[in-house]
Amino acid sequence: MGAMIEIQNLEKRFGDITAVAGVSFNVERGEVLGFLGPNGAGKSTTMKMLTGFLHPSGGTAIVGGHDITADPLAAKRLLGYLPEGAPLYPDMTPESFLLFIAQIRGFSGAEARRRVEDVVGKVSLQGVLRQPIDTLSKGYKRRVGLAQAILHDPQVLVLDEPTDGLDPNQKHEVRALIRSMAKDKVIILSTHILEEVEALCTRVIIIARGKLVVDCKPSELAARSRWHNAVRIDVEREDAPRVHRALGELPASSVEELEAPNGCVSYLVSTRDRRPILNEISQRAQNEKWKLDGLHVEHGRLDEVFRDLTTAKS
Amino acid sequence: MRNTFVLFKRELSAYFTTPVAYVFICIFLLMCGILTFYLGGFYDRGEASLGASFFQYHPILYILLIPAISMRLWAEERKQGTIELLMTLPVTLPQLVLSKFLAAWAFAGIALALTFPLWVTVNYLGDPDNGVIAASYLASWLMAGGYLAMGACVSATTKNQVVAFVLSVILCLLFLITGVPAVGDLLGAVIPSDTLVDAIRSFSFLSHFDSISRGVIDVRDLVFFASLIGVFLFMNAIAIELKKAE
Ligand SMILES: Nc1ncnc2c1ncn2[C@@H]1O[C@H](COP(=O)(O)OP(=O)(O)OP(=O)(O)O)[C@@H](O)[C@H]1O
Ligand SMILES: [Mg+2]
Repeated sequence: MGAMIEIQNLEKRFGDITAVAGVSFNVERGEVLGFLGPNGAGKSTTMKMLTGFLHPSGGTAIVGGHDITADPLAAKRLLGYLPEGAPLYPDMTPESFLLFIAQIRGFSGAEARRRVEDVVGKVSLQGVLRQPIDTLSKGYKRRVGLAQAILHDPQVLVLDEPTDGLDPNQKHEVRALIRSMAKDKVIILSTHILEEVEALCTRVIIIARGKLVVDCKPSELAARSRWHNAVRIDVEREDAPRVHRALGELPASSVEELEAPNGCVSYLVSTRDRRPILNEISQRAQNEKWKLDGLHVEHGRLDEVFRDLTTAKS
Repeated sequence: MRNTFVLFKRELSAYFTTPVAYVFICIFLLMCGILTFYLGGFYDRGEASLGASFFQYHPILYILLIPAISMRLWAEERKQGTIELLMTLPVTLPQLVLSKFLAAWAFAGIALALTFPLWVTVNYLGDPDNGVIAASYLASWLMAGGYLAMGACVSATTKNQVVAFVLSVILCLLFLITGVPAVGDLLGAVIPSDTLVDAIRSFSFLSHFDSISRGVIDVRDLVFFASLIGVFLFMNAIAIELKKAE
């Protein structure tokens, strides 16, 4: 038995537009896969093919051993899916909508009601159960969409921008919920919030222009940053020229002055091969008695890595 | 089967969660009343039947009212994006198409059934042939099904409900007027082949509706409506496959 999800050479063309241009990857149980990419990269299109909404123009996706085009029903039973923008029936109430989903997922009577109750608790929908979905705020609509996706405790959860439009508390809760479900599931989520990937995902995939450009751990992504292991050093203004000169003498390093507020000067020191240099700097600082305000090691800036990876090759 | 029923139930109850259903039923009953009592001269006729005064107007009435039901079926689903939700649930496309159609047909049936006071009235006033009236109700409902299947198919091709409505009205009209004698004569003058003219005429709802509502339930008329509905629902499914991504 292969991986829970196998995506092989997946392709989608809309007329002349190639939205997804041959993407392959596998996902195992227990993984939380973050799907990143600029607008229009093909994230949603990939998810739509994986969940059986769109037919691939080429390649295939296999969910739990079931090919999504050859045996869509079996694959769809294993899947929970929150489509982009969380589309819902505006005239229904969350209660009637979730009950409908429960029934279509094969639960009936008391079991259906228990499932709905359970999921309503998980995403805190208690207060709005009988209100038309139309009149709910964006965040509550998103929660109804999420509830719908997890109602049958699916083995594979595909979430297209699940935390979009949620307040910080809800973001936190949804992340905790996702983390709590992660153990025995496959979770694939797309997001534009890079910190979310660090906080939540065990693996990250970046696609740009329909092609997979990176597939690694979030920590490895940060390590690709020019600033990985760079050291930020805040010194008092009077001491700045001396420190600047000393930093320039470090082997194979570059020094960049950053904007600093309250009367001190900040430098960002990095080496070309991203080798750790904290020790060298702190030793020197001790020996020469620099007047320091702060000394930090940077782990790398995701936004910069993201920009590099998604704009470089065109 | 179970899936179809669950989907059907959701669809049908969706009609009644908005005022649209009640407005529709009111308009339908009002129109029926106006046509029957003013145009149809229900009282003046002095005969205990509903054919000439009531059922006669259904083909025309449905041309506007049925597309009003069917226009939203798929157009709304695509506009809201809920089609993505629906089509990633463990249900098949035939189940979706069938449940939507059946719910709309059931709704039309409910509206039609609510005209029962007329039936009661003719029975109170005189001694009508209730068999003929029952057959007429059946004919009317079958015709509604035919129009609905066309409307559902048109609705699957667009996201815009107004476009769906207008196109459905035109399509329904085409299937009606070919049976009007004057139009038949015109076709006969334009098209040289008699068999072709007859073929076109035989597609008109009018002749099939008339023959059933006369009280003669001919298998050929039933087959006509059943296969027409089948063909349009099949095209409905194809239209969705082709258009769902947009
Ligand atoms: N139905 C469609 N017809 C034509 N082009 C489409 C269609 N759906 C998507 N596209 C195109 O495919 C490309 C990928 O779109 P997709 O929605 O997958 O991007 P995305 O990565 O999800 O972007 P975002 O971050 O904005 O959600 C885009 O260029 C988009 O315009
Ligand atoms: Mg998207």
